[in-house]
Parts: sequence; structure tokens; C-alpha cells
Amino acid sequence: MTEQYYLSSSPHMHSGATTDKVMRDVIYALLPACLTAVWFFGLAALTTLLLCVASCLVAEAACLKLQGRAQTPLADGSAVLTGLLLALNLPAAAPWWLAVLGGGVAIVIGKQVYGGLGYNLFNPALVARVVLLISFPIQMTSWTAPLSSASGVDAVTMATPLGEWKTAVMLTGKLPAVQSADYLNYLTGNMAGCLGEVSAVAVLIGAAYLFWRRIITWHIPLTFVVTVAVLTGIFWLVDPTRYPDPLLHLLTGGLLLGAFFMATDMVTSPVSSTGMIIFGFGCGLITVLIRLFGGYPEGVSFAILLMNAATPLIDRYTPPRKFGAVGEGGR
Amino acid sequence: MKIKRFSGGLHPPEHKSTAARAIEQCSLPDELVIPLAQHIGAPAEPCVVIGDTVAKGQLIAQPRGFVSVPIHASSSGVVTAVEPRLHPMGRPLLAIVIKPDGRDAWPDGLEGGMNPLLVNPLTLPPSRLRDMVCNAGVVGLGGATFPTHVKLSPPGGKKIDTLILNGVECEPYLTADHRLMLEETGRVLAGIDILRRILGVERVCIGIEENKPDAIAVMRDACVRRDIEVIALKVMYPQGAEKQLILAVTGRQTPSGGLPMDVGVVVQNVGTAAAVADAIIHGRPLVERIATITGPALVEPKNLRIRIGTSLRHLVAECGGLREEVVKVIMGGPMMGQTQLSLDVPAIRGTSGLLLLGKNAVATRSEGPCIRCARCVSVCPARLLPTTISAYARRDMIAEAERFNALDCIECGCCAYSCPARIPLVQSIRQVKGAILAKRRLS
Repeated sequence: MTEQYYLSSSPHMHSGATTDKVMRDVIYALLPACLTAVWFFGLAALTTLLLCVASCLVAEAACLKLQGRAQTPLADGSAVLTGLLLALNLPAAAPWWLAVLGGGVAIVIGKQVYGGLGYNLFNPALVARVVLLISFPIQMTSWTAPLSSASGVDAVTMATPLGEWKTAVMLTGKLPAVQSADYLNYLTGNMAGCLGEVSAVAVLIGAAYLFWRRIITWHIPLTFVVTVAVLTGIFWLVDPTRYPDPLLHLLTGGLLLGAFFMATDMVTSPVSSTGMIIFGFGCGLITVLIRLFGGYPEGVSFAILLMNAATPLIDRYTPPRKFGAVGEGGR
Repeated sequence: MKIKRFSGGLHPPEHKSTAARAIEQCSLPDELVIPLAQHIGAPAEPCVVIGDTVAKGQLIAQPRGFVSVPIHASSSGVVTAVEPRLHPMGRPLLAIVIKPDGRDAWPDGLEGGMNPLLVNPLTLPPSRLRDMVCNAGVVGLGGATFPTHVKLSPPGGKKIDTLILNGVECEPYLTADHRLMLEETGRVLAGIDILRRILGVERVCIGIEENKPDAIAVMRDACVRRDIEVIALKVMYPQGAEKQLILAVTGRQTPSGGLPMDVGVVVQNVGTAAAVADAIIHGRPLVERIATITGPALVEPKNLRIRIGTSLRHLVAECGGLREEVVKVIMGGPMMGQTQLSLDVPAIRGTSGLLLLGKNAVATRSEGPCIRCARCVSVCPARLLPTTISAYARRDMIAEAERFNALDCIECGCCAYSCPARIPLVQSIRQVKGAILAKRRLS
């Protein structure tokens, strides 16, 4: 026998999909949100984005080195993605060390201690965000107004719409007045908030790309958003003076960013469609509970992290119904 | 009628470049190596010895048991060896080697392989027809090679009401069934009439994927007055898998661990129907089949009518040889076919195609960690959790893999095909299935 052929078991074809292509697609989808953040918050936003990405890459490289692993996983794009997501979860005025620390926490505590890509239980960017929020509450909630409304003056502070609402209700028992023009600002991103949570339009453009590329399915984001809309809608109908309308809830805070980009993180969400629906519903429910009754004005991060913790349990109890699991006669 | 489609599945690039290539007769090779194991079930038992002169179609091995069929010489010549030869399964297995005399002569009374039955076959009793199918060595030609007479003998309690002809051919590259339906429509239909008679069913359907509109048109025309439905199916791999096909055509779901007959259905490949027609109408045993010889490494891909026992090397030569170095030789289609150690392996009854891939077509990318993207879950037609089963399988956690229904895997390969981390999902599930079955046999 002269020739030597490759032996392998079928299939002998592959779709061509790779992990780094998946990561790259999510990164592309985040670009509109990054660009609008830079548009509204200027150089500060750009610096935060770059610092977060750089610190994530450095932390990833250091961890791989320490573990004696090859540096090739660095190229899979997952560290860059974590960096971008983290930056989009920070306020524009975040000091440089907050961004750098966040990147380190995300990669080391959020990802590598579990074994690296694919093994982490929690979304690394959210782990970092929550660690920072608890450790540095002042820096994490110092919101700057977007450049356009600051009329050239740097670092004008301003509350986020949800923060404003929460404070007003606590102090006066009543909602502040919301102008219809405000909704337009919420939609475009002309408001105070984290870099990525301000522009609903930018997030939705990115989300449309993810759907088009089939990176995400409707299950998690839709159930998440619908749950929030329905539950807040019920409260709003009961007492519109105390509870803001669902539209405000949908457009402000990290809801859309969370629903389309953070809750849909593949590694930390369930694999079956039933599981995803339960996951999305849980995220929505916890978000509403925290927003309406908790101490924080915003609850998306906590909601997603809590549901991340429930993912293994959800996966265990929601396997798909196998083909042929039917009664007599096959009907 | 609303056609139900199975869930999951995918649509790999079709590569059906031979779809317009008419079937050609493959030349006679210098040697025919006819393995005794070429159907699911017990291998046949040789009834010739070295030095015997055989005619084309002469019985050379007898069935052993019910799930077994006889084997016939695929050309006339002299038996030169009865010895283990490399089998497509990847190891040497007993085979009968015939040196053809070049005359390709059928035995007396079967001139040109034709011995017209003097009575209308549809007046013969089903049991007689079934015996004739068995004696002709007919097995499922879709690739699984299950003896056809067994499928046509449902146990007393099972009422069969539907016969489905499988003309789906969902594997990329393969076009043999497509050409058969186009060029030899009469053979297929004659076979269907006989199958219908044997099973005594009212409803007969032919399922064909929509990417073969010409075959659908030809079959529809031919079926107009025969009360046979030709059903165009969505192009979706693995639409040709038996249980998926039954669901799409009838809306019935074959129970897990059950057989099509449990939902009143028998499925036969269109090639099998043609072989049944030959067996009954002409008394001609199964000594040849149509296969697609293809792949980017081949000079001139073709659809060939090949004698069972022809070496793959001969088939390659018949297609003008190779244009580039071959790194992978696959018997069957790219999704479920088996890689071959050598081109000296013979084509057997289950050889629906031969695919030769060069360096460019063979993906070599190292495996990464699972990112739980759930693509394997959404494409799985058996609705399993491939990533979970595979993870257990690779840790030798056999009981857990079994609990997640590893045995329901149909090994279509959709999961491994779509995995971005390049995890060999179906490969490890296939292994654990073997381990589960071995464990069951022990206990």
C-alpha cells in the first residue's frame, strides 16, 4: 500500500463556523453602540473603551502565561469582547484605574478562575461591573451629561433617568415629569448613563446584526424585554404617578444592552429554547423587582448574574423533548 | 396539504455537480472482490471454491439466517480466492475473488440478464414475491443495506398502511438516485407496484427534495395514473433519514427505539425499488448498482453503474483518474460516509457514492472549548443535547450519556458540522453508543 489516506469518522464537511468568527460578529454588533458612546461622551468614552479592551487582553495573556498555556486563545476575540462589554457598562466619567481594574477583575475573577473561555458560570463583564459597583459606588454612579446637552462645558453631572425617578419617588412619593422630547433623547442616547446603555437605537442596530448572522435567537431577548414591559406596564396602569411607563423602562438603564448582548452570552445562558425562555423571563422578573422595589435604580446586571447562576439548573430540567418521545401510533 | 417538516437539520452546500451526468456503464475490472459481509445482518456463507467457473448472477454465497441474503457473482469468470480482503469497514473480511473472463455471460435461461416472467407479477402471492426478493439478494440501497425482504415481512400485529419511497438523496455530492429517477423511471415504478402488492398498502408516496425539480416532474408525470403521491420536500439535511422522512410525509413520529412499522410505514429507497423490479420481472439478482463517483480531486466525476466487487481504484480510473493528490477517500456522502484506508477496497451493495477529497477540502483546525452556542442543539434532528452527551462521553460517563438519550442519536453529523469550536460531537456520541450497547449486552 503506497498511499496514505486520512481516516476520520463522519461528517467530512464543516460549516466553516469558528469560535473567533462568532466573537468577531458580536464585536461588530457592538460597534454602533461604541460609536454613539464616543459621539455623545467624546474622548472620555474612547479612552474607557480602549483601556478596558487593553486591560482585558493583558489580563488574559498574563493568566495564560501563569497557567503555562499557549497564547493562541488570545486571538479568539473573547477578551476583546469582554473588554468592550465592560466599557459599555461603565459611566463615561469612569477614572482610568476603574476601567483597568474592571478589565482585570472581568478576566481573572470572571473568567480564568473557572478555566477560561466556555467554562465561566457568570458573564465576566457583569462580574466586573458588579464588583466595581459595590466597591466604588461613587465612581460608578457619577454620571456625566452627554456633550451636546453640556454645551461645551466638561463634566457636568446629571442623574440617569432611572436614578432621577428613583430619587424623586423616594423623596416626594411622586414621579418627576417626563417630556415627550426626553423619549427621543432616550432613544438616540442623548442622556446620562453607562456608555452602552444610553442609545437604544445603536443597541438595536447591533442586535439586528446578531439576528441576521444567527448568533442569537429571539428566545432570551424577547422574553426578557416582554416580561419587563408587561410587568412594569401593570404597575404603571395601577398607579401612573408612582411608576414610570413601560417605554421609559425599555429605553433607559441597561435593559436593551443587557437583553441583547449580556443575557444572550452563550457561555452563561441555557442551551435549549425552553431553557432560554425561562432564563429571559427570570431576567425580566428580577430586573423589574429590583427597579421597582430594590435599593438600586437599575437591576439588569444583578438579574442576569442571578440567572447565570441558575443556568446549570435550568439546563438540567429543560432538555428538549427527544424525537420519538410519543405515545402509541406516533401521533 | 400542510407538510410537516422535522425539526433541526441544516443545509450544507450541495456540490451536486454530477446531477446532469447521465448514468454510464462502468467497464469490467480485472478482478472482482465480493465481500460476504455487505448487508446488515449475518454475512453470507460461500458456496463456491477456488477454481470454480461462475456465470454472472450465479449464486456464490448463501444467506445465514433470516436477516441475511444470498450473494451472486457480478460477472462471469473463475473463482481465484476465498480469503479475507480489506473491506470498506476498515478491516480484512472474508471475500470471494473472481477473475472475470471478459464475456460477462449470464447463465443459460437468463440471456442478457433478462428472463421475462411469463405471468403478471402482480398476480403472484406476496409471500412468493418476498421470497424472490430475498433470493435475488436485494438489500436497502440507500446505504444502510438492511435486507429488503425483512422490511417487507412485518410481524402479524403490525398493520402497514403507507409505503414511502425515499428519493430524497440529501447527502451533498450524491446524485445517483436523482439520475435513476430521471433515466430509469420505469424500473422504479415497476418496483413500486411490486412493493405495494407485497405490503398490500393503499397509500404510496415518493419523497424527493425540492432541489431536484426535474426528477419531481418526471416522477409526477409517471405517477399520474398510478395513484402515487410525489411529495416535494424542503431541502434540509437529513431529510432522507427514515424517521425524519416519515414525519415530513405523514406527520407521524416514529417512537424512540421503535421502527417505521410501528407507525404503519415501510420506507424503501428508490434504488431498492428498481432492484426489486429486476429481481421479480427479470429474475435478475442484485449484482450491480448506481453510484456517484465524485469529488474535487477527480478529473471527471460521473454517475456509474458498477458491478459489486469493483475496486475503488478501478472506479477512479473510469473517471479519468485524479487531478490532485487525494488525502481523504470517502465511501458514501460527506455527511455520513466512511473514510477508506485504500483504493483497493471493493464497492459493495451499500456503496452509494465515492468521494475523493484533496488537501483543500479537508479541514484541519484544532478543537477549542465549547462556548455553549447551542448550534448543535438547534440542528439536532433527534432533538438531543449533543454537547452534553459528548461531554459525558468523553469523560467515560456512560450512564449519564445514556440518560441524556445518547442511543437516540441518528449519527447524521449535523452537530459536528455546525460546531464553531470544532468539537467532534457526533464522533464521541457514536463511541459512547457502542459503549452503552456493549454494557447492555454484558448485563
